[in-house]
Amino acid sequence: MATKYINITLKVWRQKDAQSKGQMETYKLDKVSTDSSFLEMLDQLNEQLINERKAPIAFDHDCREGICGSCSLYINGRAHGPDRFITTCQLHMRSFKDGETIYVEPWRSKAFPVIKDLVVDRSAFDRIQQAGGFVSVNTSGRTIDANATPIPKADADRAFEAAACIGCGACVASCKNGSAMLFVGAKVSQYALLPQGRVEAHDRVLNMVRQMDEEGFGNCTNTGACEVECPKGISLENIARMNREYLKASLS
Amino acid sequence: MNLDSKIPQGDIADKWTNHKNHLKLVAPNNRPKIDIIVVGTGLAGASAAASFGEMGYNVKAFCFQDSPRRAHSIAAQGGINAAKNYQNDGDSTYRLFYDTIKGGDYRAREANVHRLAEVSANIIDQCVAQGVPFARDYGGLLDNRSFGGTQVQRTFYAAGQTGQQLLLGAYSALSRQIGLGRVQMFNRHEMLDIVKVDGKARGIIARNLVTGELERHSAHAVIIASGGYGNVYFLSTNAMGSNVTASWKIHKKGALFANPCFVQIHPTCIPVHGTNQSKLTLMSESLRNSGRIWVPKKKEDAEAIRAGKLKPTQIAEEDRDYFLERRYPAFGNLVPRDVASRAAKERCDAGFGIEANDTNEGVYLDFASEIRSKGRQAAFAQGDHNPSEETVLKLGKAWIEEKYGNLFQMYQKITDENPYETPMKIYPAVHYTMGGVWVDYNLESTIPGCFVAGEANFSDHGANRLGASALMQGLADGYFVLPYTVSNYLADEIRTGKISTDLPEFAEAENNVRSQIDRFLGNNGTRSVDYFHKRLGLIMWNKVGMARNEKGLKEAISEIAALKAEFYKDVFVPGSANELNPELEKALRVADFIDLGQLMAQDALQRNESCGGHFREEYQDAEGETLRDDENFKFVAAWEYKGDDISQEVLHKEELKYEFIKIAARNYK
Repeated sequence: MATKYINITLKVWRQKDAQSKGQMETYKLDKVSTDSSFLEMLDQLNEQLINERKAPIAFDHDCREGICGSCSLYINGRAHGPDRFITTCQLHMRSFKDGETIYVEPWRSKAFPVIKDLVVDRSAFDRIQQAGGFVSVNTSGRTIDANATPIPKADADRAFEAAACIGCGACVASCKNGSAMLFVGAKVSQYALLPQGRVEAHDRVLNMVRQMDEEGFGNCTNTGACEVECPKGISLENIARMNREYLKASLS
Repeated sequence: MNLDSKIPQGDIADKWTNHKNHLKLVAPNNRPKIDIIVVGTGLAGASAAASFGEMGYNVKAFCFQDSPRRAHSIAAQGGINAAKNYQNDGDSTYRLFYDTIKGGDYRAREANVHRLAEVSANIIDQCVAQGVPFARDYGGLLDNRSFGGTQVQRTFYAAGQTGQQLLLGAYSALSRQIGLGRVQMFNRHEMLDIVKVDGKARGIIARNLVTGELERHSAHAVIIASGGYGNVYFLSTNAMGSNVTASWKIHKKGALFANPCFVQIHPTCIPVHGTNQSKLTLMSESLRNSGRIWVPKKKEDAEAIRAGKLKPTQIAEEDRDYFLERRYPAFGNLVPRDVASRAAKERCDAGFGIEANDTNEGVYLDFASEIRSKGRQAAFAQGDHNPSEETVLKLGKAWIEEKYGNLFQMYQKITDENPYETPMKIYPAVHYTMGGVWVDYNLESTIPGCFVAGEANFSDHGANRLGASALMQGLADGYFVLPYTVSNYLADEIRTGKISTDLPEFAEAENNVRSQIDRFLGNNGTRSVDYFHKRLGLIMWNKVGMARNEKGLKEAISEIAALKAEFYKDVFVPGSANELNPELEKALRVADFIDLGQLMAQDALQRNESCGGHFREEYQDAEGETLRDDENFKFVAAWEYKGDDISQEVLHKEELKYEFIKIAARNYK
């Protein structure tokens, strides 16, 4: 891992708050280690801005290991930047060239209003989950033994793959319709593939889809951008499964 | 101050059951008259908030993230322990209890740990019922693996994303209660003080991180489940936002802080890459099941590797030092984390480190043997009893990918090296803090009505946390302990009625928070918050890190005190109070980290012994193993706040009694 340093120019979306009008600002940043993550590069830029007594850039981040789903960012026109199957915190500066100009924008979707600079409000996802993304079981621990219901390994694996969604919102941001169907499909699929919670399967899908529509997300037109940009490789199959579940629930 | 741990009488196996049977209850019709605040929504907080909501209390839950689904529990990789003995390898409640006490180097409370082992099996049942997709075998039954410090397979997992799946399970239970209106969720809110009325916890002051507004919230009981304080080191495996503020604020108002010096250094993190690094990434300990840890036997080979002249794959088998297997034949690569971490440090200090940076710190975690042996097994299982080299490698890599694929991918993204082809480079890093707010058996702090759960309390891990036991404790506290013990407290509160936030205690607490914020914003210093945080981190890592000694600790105490003075004089916090201001958030947290850092050094200084994660260089045997002093240090060190000068804190000791486990030297050979 040979450390190299590059100089870059950044065009960053700055917006004071939800009410204000935003604009792109230009910053020059020198001596960026190619071993740095993209967020570490932003830390470095913020340190520079603070030293110049300018307002640092607000961006969401937390675990910085690709699992919490906090980080977002449209980088050079793509959710989480140029590489596949990674979040912004896993994107490293070795993916960029010396002298490159990098465009950084927040998620763009009506359902995700900007809070400040690159930070958006993704609470719509929480409300979808609250509408039915759970198994209605009390937390007493007095349930049946966990091995009393064997689950075929293939089903458990597919349920896990759907459950691996980190709720970052890249699917919504990448979709020309601002659709949340990959996210909702993943959640519906997780439960559809498991024996637990089957009794409420109909209500679950109907309620989650209803809430999704109320939140102002668009519809799916099978463009597939969501799957391409999903850092966790959540498959379009989940949307198909959700549609099947929805149809079944609507007909019965 | 009298520290009453309230451990119930009777045989260890009956204590919890008897205790539960005698705790007071709140009738269902009275629960809606009672308010509970939960701060933090990781495994402990989300499971507690969901459980209280379900019981019918009014719950307000707070998290600083934009959603409870992002709490740092989500990053735990390897697994969760439970004494179910599904693998028929001799596991039992007693064994999990025994392993945890021994793993904690006999510095945890027997009764708490036994309760943890007892409820562990229920946790798995609960999570499976919630639709948590644990790994399954081909018969459809739950799969298990083993973890450091144990000789049984009791760890349940979901690939390398167990924490994520468990947290999403707890989050779904919480979401259900939010949807039903029983829990009110406050995202992007940070607790900045606790409010005490007549000595009892009666509410909190929280800051809305988006608008900056200070809010008063009252309740009949406050539960702190805000996680650990590893970020005091700046570089750690913790999420960037993880902080000690909630715990430290209650400490300042009377909650004792226990064993702050007990910090777990995790052996398998990706080594530091450079000075701009913000965060360290853990590689799950489960990898030690399949990886062999080594450094070159010859110094010149290590030097050649660092210079880029040799590749690890070019080092012959006989020239490799598998130092854990050499030193600890019984446990080998599966020794507990503190043992593995120190052994790696010992080799690197001796000049055998392999990382090509300023530190030279790094050892190899090598999967080549496992790839071959699993590849052969897989070929045989397919009926190919004479597989080609190519087939073996292909099948072996597929096996590894199935088990650890996401971890390997994560490693490759960060380091740009392919761990299927070349060994991973790893080095220890700060990971988990065993110390925390002192609580009694009911998880109640020394502030009546203020309970503390999960990593934020000190209770179950002693001086060292074994793998896969933090997730277990978080969910045990939230689902199965607090619902009983908090209800017992609340049984005396049913006549209290709504608590007004107009009380002078609320106004005073709010004013204190406001003046601290104003102080930072008006400071007009010259240095960023991170500048101070990084300096604190270096002092901590160098002098209160993996190995400590008297001289270093004394230096650390005075250096931190000096850093504190400089911080308040020279920190520059841009922006205003009434907006989303991450620099202000950081300043408020770093202020608390500085105080705590000093207390950690003081605690380490008074503990003249080595145990678990606390290694004092003066107390080791001829082979470099820890030397405990049970005669003088078999206690919980609980510190009482005495004002701004941290060196004035008063030490209280809770004597630990071992009635059911014979205390012995910890031996993994």
